[in-house]
Amino acid sequence: MTRYVVRRLAQMVLLFVVFLTVTWFLLYALPGDIVKQKFATNPNIPPEARQVAIERLGLDKPVLIQFRDYMINFFQLDFGLSFNQYPRKVSDIIAERLPRTIVLFLTALVSYYYAGFLAGKYLAWRRGKRGEMAVTIGGVGLYTVFYPWFALMAIWLFAAELGWLPISKFLNPDEWRNAPFTANQVFIRLFVTVLAVSVFMAAVVLLANRIRDHRPRTFAKIGGVALGVVLFIWYWWGTAGGALMRPYAGDIAEHLILPVAVLTAVNFAGIMLLTRSSMLETMREDFILTARAKGLSERAVRDRHAARTALLPVTTSLVLAVATVIDGGILTETVFSWPGMGEVLVTSVSNEDIPLALASFSFIGIMALVGHFLVDILYGVLDPRIRVGG
Amino acid sequence: MTEQIDVQPGSGASPDLPPPVLTPDAVPPSMWRIRWALFRRSFAHNWKLFRANRVGLVGLGIIVFFALLAIAPTVLFATGIWNSAVYDPVVGLEPNPPVKVMTVVNEITDPETEIDFRYVLLDNRIPNTVKVGDQVEIPQQPAPPDRRHWLGTDPLGRDVLSQLMHGARAAFFLGILAALVTVVIATTVGSISAYFGGALDSFFMRLADLLIMIPFLAILIVIGAIFEFKLWHLAVVIGLLSGFGGVAIVLKSQALAVKVKPFVDAARVAGGSNAHIIFTHIIPNVMPLSFLYMMFTVTSAIQGEAALSFLGLLNVRISWGLMIQLANNQGYLLQGLQYWWLLFPAGLAVTLISAAFFLVGRAMDEVVNPRLRKR
Repeated sequence: MTRYVVRRLAQMVLLFVVFLTVTWFLLYALPGDIVKQKFATNPNIPPEARQVAIERLGLDKPVLIQFRDYMINFFQLDFGLSFNQYPRKVSDIIAERLPRTIVLFLTALVSYYYAGFLAGKYLAWRRGKRGEMAVTIGGVGLYTVFYPWFALMAIWLFAAELGWLPISKFLNPDEWRNAPFTANQVFIRLFVTVLAVSVFMAAVVLLANRIRDHRPRTFAKIGGVALGVVLFIWYWWGTAGGALMRPYAGDIAEHLILPVAVLTAVNFAGIMLLTRSSMLETMREDFILTARAKGLSERAVRDRHAARTALLPVTTSLVLAVATVIDGGILTETVFSWPGMGEVLVTSVSNEDIPLALASFSFIGIMALVGHFLVDILYGVLDPRIRVGG
Repeated sequence: MTEQIDVQPGSGASPDLPPPVLTPDAVPPSMWRIRWALFRRSFAHNWKLFRANRVGLVGLGIIVFFALLAIAPTVLFATGIWNSAVYDPVVGLEPNPPVKVMTVVNEITDPETEIDFRYVLLDNRIPNTVKVGDQVEIPQQPAPPDRRHWLGTDPLGRDVLSQLMHGARAAFFLGILAALVTVVIATTVGSISAYFGGALDSFFMRLADLLIMIPFLAILIVIGAIFEFKLWHLAVVIGLLSGFGGVAIVLKSQALAVKVKPFVDAARVAGGSNAHIIFTHIIPNVMPLSFLYMMFTVTSAIQGEAALSFLGLLNVRISWGLMIQLANNQGYLLQGLQYWWLLFPAGLAVTLISAAFFLVGRAMDEVVNPRLRKR
């Protein structure tokens, strides 16, 4: 397993270097690229200023030297200065925006994956019964819906018409005027607590699955989840630091609901359809017949025998889904004005802010690579054949 | 699109078909006639399988509907039913929009019937001899559907139905071009790397790994920043990305299964060159699967185009994404159902046509992949 992980890590770094090289040459070194158009050949800039810009951007150096400098700087986390928000460092912007995107991405990934798996499981089990066709068509409709349009309709319905949720953006500035914290402090605290509680719950549930008897198992699971919720509530309501931050955290959480819900609604159908076909194939296997013949309840056959096996191809699909969810994230952030990496990418690209565009694109690439890496590891854990082979 | 597809080559054709009847006395018919007869037979058989899937038929119906929509403007302009000054999707203008009579005032008390004097002075559609207290006719744009404009007009006074039809044309052009590029590249790359293996294979497969990992839309956005994107550029880029990406991997695994068949060995023993084997034995057997992936590529191409136009990164005359972008930028999308003719046609069109191609793809999947059929 360790060898497998190390090999995958090395591959990942190599892939990233290739990726960064290609992007750099696309953005900086093509003849007549945007940076040169903007500074080096722009007749509206006085010659002296142009000369200074050329020297400061290193445009007078040979391409390969420029490339080497960029790479060295990149791996020292220095991505240059943003053109449009001039004195601001690109690395600061990325550091501010990256956690927001990761949270959106993670919550959406987990929730849509879980929802899709659950829905697909029931759909396969009820094959041929009423409602199957309707759910399939509805699922395909959601899967292929034009995402920005769907998101805008959701905003209109839930935010503008019903007024349940905020329309867009990351927080409500009115409430933050006298805030003693920066948004990112609150946000990271929120993220860490939610992550800790979910990891705790997942660990309890996984451990509880080892208990053989039905009753203590259920008891342990429910107890673990309840304990997680209690811990969470205790932190945000019970402790002094938590209580002080709570209104601000609540504000951010409120803004997070609609984007995550929309992202989930659009993506879950793909997983649902896949789980369904995977389940249908598993249900033909002999061991399902054996399980039924042993007199196990339908639920036990479905959840513990069929669904377990059907999970594997669905996890493989997660490898491909990582990129899809990131794409969805870019559109989500644009439509909801969620200030994350995708929004940065779109605005910097449309404003020709090349250092920022390159850095945000690279970080989106890194997110995709890391996502793939984690899914691969997860797959290795689920499927022993890969572990041995690797 | 993420489904794992594992197909027996040519399983779309029924294995128990009787051999084509050859009359003994005449000269043997040419190869092409036999091929044609076989093709017709397997097509009829596959059509029967396809027809069994109702969902696929629904998808096909939607595609035909949009194809008719795409052809319609040519007919309408040619027969003179539509005047291009009024119905052009980009520069058309309804000359006599519905008007609303409003009173010019200094202080608005009732926004439904009164209009600010300073606004009237700025509006060049109203003669500037107007005084406070006059009644003026304000043209209403976007106008709701009427007999002349079945889907109403947009904020600039252009016919929405005409835009929808031209958008359908753009979508078909883009989707089909992208799918063709994808399939040609993916089939060639897949077959060649399966047939030759070795370094060539590793190179193409690592390239594919890289391409499936990078978010599609992010690449398109970045490329859109560098080049001025026209519709066919976008189609070619989408075709290249998916042709060298995921589709190549799937088609390669299919080609690998074909490569080990006895008839490939037979062809080699008979002295067939590599090119001959690839083009006459491997590629035809990969074709059904390629065709299936064409459908999925159309879906992602149309979605990608709509998203790029929505973000304003595409240089295109008119498209569904652009229609939504316009409605959104001008603030009509959050106005609710009052402006439904700006809200629904384009959004539903993108959704429906993507769903249609996707459904047809799934139905075709059941044809080429017998394991998915109902027992």
